[in-house]
Amino acid sequence: MIARLIEGVPRRALILLGLLLVALLAAPLLVGDYGLSVLILVLYFAYTGQAWNVMMGFAGQLSLGHSLYVGLAAYTAAALYVHFGIGPWLGVWIAIVISMAAGLVIGFLAFRFGIGGVYFALLTIAFAEFTRVGFDHFTWVNGSGGFFLPVAQYSVNDALNLRGSPTMFYYILLAITALAFVFCRWLLTGRIGYYWLAIREEPEAAQTLGINVFRYKMIAVAISAGMTALSGVFFAFYYNNLFPEQIFSMNRSIELILGPIIGGVGSLFGPILGAFVLTALAEVLNDVMVALGYELPGIKLVFYGLCLLAVVMYLPNGIWPPLRKWLGLGERL
Amino acid sequence: MSTAPLLTVAGISKSFRGLRAVDQASLTVPQGGIVSLIGPNGAGKTTCFNMIAGVFRPDEGSISFAGKNIGGLRPDQICHAGIGRTFQIVKPFKDLTALENVIVGALRTERSTRAAKKKAEGVLDQLGMLDKRDQPAGQLTLPERKRLEVARALATDPKLLLLDEVMAGLRPTETDQMVTVFRELNRKQGLTILLIEHVMRAVMALSQHVVVLHHGQVIADGAPEQVVRDPSVLECYLGEEADI
Repeated sequence: MIARLIEGVPRRALILLGLLLVALLAAPLLVGDYGLSVLILVLYFAYTGQAWNVMMGFAGQLSLGHSLYVGLAAYTAAALYVHFGIGPWLGVWIAIVISMAAGLVIGFLAFRFGIGGVYFALLTIAFAEFTRVGFDHFTWVNGSGGFFLPVAQYSVNDALNLRGSPTMFYYILLAITALAFVFCRWLLTGRIGYYWLAIREEPEAAQTLGINVFRYKMIAVAISAGMTALSGVFFAFYYNNLFPEQIFSMNRSIELILGPIIGGVGSLFGPILGAFVLTALAEVLNDVMVALGYELPGIKLVFYGLCLLAVVMYLPNGIWPPLRKWLGLGERL
Repeated sequence: MSTAPLLTVAGISKSFRGLRAVDQASLTVPQGGIVSLIGPNGAGKTTCFNMIAGVFRPDEGSISFAGKNIGGLRPDQICHAGIGRTFQIVKPFKDLTALENVIVGALRTERSTRAAKKKAEGVLDQLGMLDKRDQPAGQLTLPERKRLEVARALATDPKLLLLDEVMAGLRPTETDQMVTVFRELNRKQGLTILLIEHVMRAVMALSQHVVVLHHGQVIADGAPEQVVRDPSVLECYLGEEADI
């Protein structure tokens, strides 16, 4: 299995990945509190982008409603913790099951009745939207008033209950992101990966080659939704507050997919690079502007817009594929 | 060559909004045989193929393959039953390399990706495309894409191969190469072939049997030399020309 993961990957790609991992492991020692919070955000978007990429980049199914899976999972794990004292490591499994179930319902409705492309994307938005409205009135989790977790003590790290310092959150998230990267590589190099890519490229031809297109699309949705659930649980325990207006909002869905789009849809490292470029550079830019004496609150959004514009115009496959080629790192990374 | 029919199509019809594209067409393909389906444009050849391949369900009639009724199955089920097909308008997985395209087909029978890769290399070699293995399919020329289409279908290990105009757009020398490939597959591996073809050079060279379709109906059915002399066949082809 490990042989399959690294087969065809040039040695220098492995070295670069190793160096990156070491740098990320050492980062909390080098950056301050603020730097760490930015890095957490970067990893959060890298991981969630990776999860979204499974559905869009691999299987070619555009979801614009991934905030649904984030939100459902966040609320599930938070409610279990607050109401029943069930810890996040147990709650996360229930959250994953619920998010997957939601994904499968949407997938079933769409794929069974031949709804594809833009119409599928609209369906994903619709589900996220009416779930948001539903949660606004869901009094068990305090409706639109917001749902709060007891605030963490920074001094005590209780990893079992995900209560503790940002450093703890950072390392947990780093592990999840790294595992997701390996997991996606494993998926992509196996039968399922070939089938997804075939479905993405030419569904009709894929079916002619014996692929049960409906089944493999459903699997893609389930895995993507299940992975996204994990970021929802993380979100709930890191920020300690949930508002339907925020967590289910379409803005969130869009925010999640900007990273992979800018980094490179369908590539493995694209979502990670995209998250770095967007989040980290936006923060740096913000700091530079502040240091120069310009307080411009909207500058981050302008930067996002310019990035997207530049990528769409000059690098329609994202930043990573040409960079990957330039570094000579092979095709499927 | 044994004569037991591998594929039996009995009286299938298909209408699209009142247009009867295929009207009670019947044909049989013997085990190990090569049969051509010819006819003017719009005769219903591809519709006929699509019904056999599971894209459309026939309005009436039955299709049986290797003794089993396969009418109304999905295309992926048809593939698992042992029928491979190519598309008239080629549908390569553009972003994948030629080899990866064929691996997708090979995975139908192979359990691991490694075994599938090995098999795919063999099939590409058979079609003289091994040197293109790492090229993205989107960058191949049309004749290469047509061959890739065949390679992909072959990799699924079909008992029957449906070829939809794979010679169209090829130069005569390329056509002859393809004919040689299919002959060898037929002779050495016992592959049964049903092809739609306009290139008569290929039809005459390959087929043991020709079925002519016109306005959705079978108007002639027999040995190639016999069919091309059939007055009704000549009329439908020349008549078309005279109309223009």
